[in-house]
Amino acid sequence: MSQVKTLFKEGMWVNNPALVQLLGLCPLLAVTSTITNALGLGIATLLVLVGSNITVSLVRNWVPKDIRIPVFVMIIAAFVTIIQLLMNAYTFGLYQSLGIFIPLIVTNCAIIGRAEAFASKNNALLSAWDGVMMGLGFAIVLVVLGTMRELIGQGTLFDGADLLLGPWAANLRIEIFEFDSQFLVAILPPGAFLGMGLLIAAKNVIDAQIKAKSAPSTESEKAPRARVTSLT
Amino acid sequence: MIAQSMYRNGALLTAFALATTGSVALVQSITAERIAVQEKQHLMQQLGQVLPADEYDNLLYLDCTTSNAPELGPGSPHIIYRATKTGEPSALLVRHVTPKGYSGNIDILTAIKSDGSITGVRVTRHEETPGLGDKVELTKSAWILSFNGMNIHKDSAKQFAVKKDGGQFDQFTGATITPRAVVGSVKQAVMYTQQNFTALFAADNVCNGDTL
Repeated sequence: MSQVKTLFKEGMWVNNPALVQLLGLCPLLAVTSTITNALGLGIATLLVLVGSNITVSLVRNWVPKDIRIPVFVMIIAAFVTIIQLLMNAYTFGLYQSLGIFIPLIVTNCAIIGRAEAFASKNNALLSAWDGVMMGLGFAIVLVVLGTMRELIGQGTLFDGADLLLGPWAANLRIEIFEFDSQFLVAILPPGAFLGMGLLIAAKNVIDAQIKAKSAPSTESEKAPRARVTSLT
Repeated sequence: MIAQSMYRNGALLTAFALATTGSVALVQSITAERIAVQEKQHLMQQLGQVLPADEYDNLLYLDCTTSNAPELGPGSPHIIYRATKTGEPSALLVRHVTPKGYSGNIDILTAIKSDGSITGVRVTRHEETPGLGDKVELTKSAWILSFNGMNIHKDSAKQFAVKKDGGQFDQFTGATITPRAVVGSVKQAVMYTQQNFTALFAADNVCNGDTL
């Protein structure tokens, strides 16, 4: 039970794939220009991560150490292709706006990182949970970054949500500011880097405050600073 | 000993390759039909945007021809869909490309009626600067609608340009290259289509529903 809770904390905060491990930066920075794109890629990554974690965990006892990497890559590539086909079939508009970044999920190191560091050493249930938590942690950072960039760049929220959620979601679009022309820095990649930097800085500030608060009372207890290879 | 483990690993890798490719193939065969429908719908919707529904009564994606004319830009052959109404030629929907944009090719779809007038223009793919050149998209700006109802006659051909070049189309603040490229490409495509209207309708049909 405690492990379930640890995994939750790891994925969401302590060892967040985007904010702490800094994995998968390419899709993170490229598609977060709107919430819709960010959410779409976040969900796709989450599904791939859960699927690959479960599969890797199920086959972990049959795969010799020497060939584990090619096997993991094959499993991940298969899942990404399947997700891509499903998105093409059922969320066509989003598929078109995410474009090249769906196949690029294969190269998201967070996925093979979890396969190697966690799923290949733990049972399927825990691995699935790890996948959900890591995927959610990644997706939340994507969405937060997408919100910041869409709000500052275009002055809207949920622009194009109908591409992901169906026609009813067209009403979700909120126009917060009206710009004559968009604020380019937020939409272009430099804005993604700046936003990402601010998010990491904010996390560090919060961490430092938590540490400062708890330091006097529990001096001996160190904050569990986790790494990719924790929980073995 | 080494040979044995090589065989074993080789066999395992083969098994995994077969299993993963097999599952991809399975999903592909399940979704293929639905993807084809989606692409067809997308195409119909795109074509419907440039040509009002009361201008034709045939299935546009089942009637098209191709052209290698240099006026339509690089990347030929270009697909030209043919709209008919009660069997009479009504309009041509021309896919054309301009390499003169700010970054990369701009793909355009233009519908031209039999009298030579434009019923609609859409940019179907581009890589122009977000916030500046991307105002050629209908979702960003209504600029592209300014083509609607335009016609090009020999004496008014000079008017068919951005204002900076002495024409009647607005350019965008900070981005003249993109609208200039789009206007220029549309102009060439319209003039080409006007000259070859009957010939294009006489050409063989190359759309049997599979090609998009």
